[in-house]
Amino acid sequence: MPDETLFAQVLDHKNRANPYPLYARLRETPVSRQADGSYVVSTHAALSSLIFDPRLSSEDLPPSRRPRTGNPLKDWILNPIRNRVVNAHRPLIFRDPPDHDILRGFVMKEFTIARVRDSHARVAALVDTLIDRCRGRDRVCLVDDLSYPLPVAVICELLGVPEADEAQFHAWAIRLATALEPDARHDAAGRREITATFDAISAYMRRLIREKRRHPADDILSGLAARGDRKKPAMGDIDLIATAILLLVAGHETTVNLITNGMLTLLRHPEELEKLKADPERAPRVIEEMLRYEPPVHFRTRKALGAIDVAGTTIPAGSSVVLLFAAGNRDPARFAHPDRFDPDRPDNQHFGFGGGLHYCVGAPLARIEAEIALVTLCRRLVAPRLLEDPPPYRSGASLRGPKNLGIGIAGIA
Amino acid sequence: MDGQRPGLVVVGASLAGLRGAEALRDGGYDGALTVVGDEPHRPYDRPPLSKHVLAGELPAEATRLPQLTRLRARWRLGQPAVALDRERRELRLADGTTLPYEKLLIATGARARPWPGAGADLAGIFTIRTLEDARDLRSALALRPGRVLIVGAGLIGCEAASCCRDLGLTVTLVDPNPTPLARLLGTAIGGTLAARMRDSGVDLRPNTKVLAFSGDAGRVRRAHLAGGAEIATDLVVIALGATRDTGWLAAAGLVADPGGLTCDAACRVLTATGEPDPAIYAAGDVARWPNPLTGGRLVTVEHRGNAVDQARHAAANMLAPATGQIPYGHLPSFWSSQFGLNIKLAGLTAGADALAVVHGTRASRRFLAVYGRAGRTIAALSFDQARWLPAYAEAVAAGAAFPPILGATDRPRIETLAPGWPGPRRLEAHHA
Repeated sequence: MPDETLFAQVLDHKNRANPYPLYARLRETPVSRQADGSYVVSTHAALSSLIFDPRLSSEDLPPSRRPRTGNPLKDWILNPIRNRVVNAHRPLIFRDPPDHDILRGFVMKEFTIARVRDSHARVAALVDTLIDRCRGRDRVCLVDDLSYPLPVAVICELLGVPEADEAQFHAWAIRLATALEPDARHDAAGRREITATFDAISAYMRRLIREKRRHPADDILSGLAARGDRKKPAMGDIDLIATAILLLVAGHETTVNLITNGMLTLLRHPEELEKLKADPERAPRVIEEMLRYEPPVHFRTRKALGAIDVAGTTIPAGSSVVLLFAAGNRDPARFAHPDRFDPDRPDNQHFGFGGGLHYCVGAPLARIEAEIALVTLCRRLVAPRLLEDPPPYRSGASLRGPKNLGIGIAGIA
Repeated sequence: MDGQRPGLVVVGASLAGLRGAEALRDGGYDGALTVVGDEPHRPYDRPPLSKHVLAGELPAEATRLPQLTRLRARWRLGQPAVALDRERRELRLADGTTLPYEKLLIATGARARPWPGAGADLAGIFTIRTLEDARDLRSALALRPGRVLIVGAGLIGCEAASCCRDLGLTVTLVDPNPTPLARLLGTAIGGTLAARMRDSGVDLRPNTKVLAFSGDAGRVRRAHLAGGAEIATDLVVIALGATRDTGWLAAAGLVADPGGLTCDAACRVLTATGEPDPAIYAAGDVARWPNPLTGGRLVTVEHRGNAVDQARHAAANMLAPATGQIPYGHLPSFWSSQFGLNIKLAGLTAGADALAVVHGTRASRRFLAVYGRAGRTIAALSFDQARWLPAYAEAVAAGAAFPPILGATDRPRIETLAPGWPGPRRLEAHHA
């Protein structure tokens, strides 16, 4: 009888530094039922088939519920309406076709290749500035010094969010990102906190969007707000707010992990660090292998709307389904020596950006940011070494990455 | 052959022949290998001919197929096989030479059905099958003929109509059926495509039969319709489908006709007595075989994917011992790009008695539909909605109940309609 507690062990923070042995055990049953009735999908083949299964819904987020205030007008009329509105206008990551496709279409039209490519020089300048600030120190705290501030600055600029407000939504973003973590989303206090945070950041975005409508600039929010005609915008305010929040949160809560996990991996494989330093052209291969080996997002959850037969298991209708992408990335049936970090690996079809219709919208941007950050770090950090291995991890099991990464250095080049 | 063994011979130097020959090498065959082709060209790819080549986006010569493996083959190009002597294990070529074989792969494909009625010899009448066809038609279109008439609204006719509209030409498309692609997809789906075509400015004339062409000074000028009407035209594209190249097999004692060359499930050709000839295999457009994935019915599949898969499969069987012959199961599929739409089908729609749109809507022209027969799912069709197609193709291959997938995110309730099939094809159709 397969172990039905494996996924609970994955969620347990004490396994955060190395969940991979648990993933290997999960893969023994490609689609394995857990004690709570959910199904964990962990092989590359089963994941490949399910990401294109029309019965898997992303609308599995528990409904938003505002806490009682004692004010009957709020408790009986206003808040139930707000709950309904918010539930009907979730960000596209929690939406299904056909609405998902329409919203995603708007975003894709703004998240253009040209816009992403144009950010190249800006990213390079930011990385250099952030590294310059570490001069005179004998250690770098990678998350605080670079992995976090870089993507925040980049996504703020692309979206058109004033960077001065960064401190304010840093806290919001961290709390909202927990919506992807099963323990926070199914816990009443966690739900309330997500809802309250969502309300706060919504109010902020509402003001910002109004401002963009009045004074459009060359940024994604202005573009989204200006779509359609003035009287009848293509995207309603509530969808626009939800989308803006999603892009803001996803724009840095994930890239921070990609950069930090990437540097951690290079420091654990010094020969690869040297190769990348000697040959920056290797960067795309190195980044793809990092996305496979230590992806920024380990899993996403879905709901089965119909019964699904996959890999010898029937997932009953109504079940919660965990797509454990990070386990598929280490599937020996798909990748030779999956636990080896090997940028020269051929045919690297990983799930580092998920897959199917929810495939990461920001993938091209994330690749550019990680590429420039890692190549520059390799070039400029003199004699880098890990101060603590494993490093302390953030709480998330899905958005998994170090809380900080202490790197001892002999100087900045 | 300098006393060497005659080796393996592939007749047909298009996609199936090339991939088959490669598979023989990849399968470890190291002896003599000869590839015979009636066209003078090295193997080239046909799907772009009716799309990018007509549009002028790609020169016809750029369709040459890449060789995926080192073939070390002797090429006999521009040299059609004219007869097969199974007793002596010999092919006779058009130049009178004979070519012995130990084993033979027949991949001679099909050719465009020519205009069968009066006026066939007028200038300005084209077909689309070969590289020369596409090159000639492209040159003629580049001269911007005033009125283009396309006869036959199958895949090739529809793609040609799309290209001509993209070029800004005036296009009339005639077909005896009620809608385009009526025999392939039924009139319910065909009606959706018809609306798209008309929006694109095609003068679509369904239920219309051309009987003959006439012209001035040897050039085509008029099409004469059943019922007496005429259509004025400056250029005609005949898109009436294909016939198989089996004439050269007439005396070979095989089951061959313009509809195909009959094989067993392992792709070995059947003799007139119903036994497989262990030395001769067939693959691609020409092969008619009992496909386990279409209920064991004899089918020919004239699509690109089958040419590749079947040739590779037949090659593997050619190298295997008699006891190791593996049946060839293939889920037929095709894609077509036309009128800004990407159309893909998995499975065969023949005999469908039910149709259900399971994602999107026909009105939006972005949808996925499934065809059912007697309660089973037999085909899945995508109009710009290909992301779900693999899931449905799997259901088709598994013979799942109809409709096969319940509980899709965007379709809580599935409604069934009739696919709409035109009446039986009348064989006298084109006699003037």
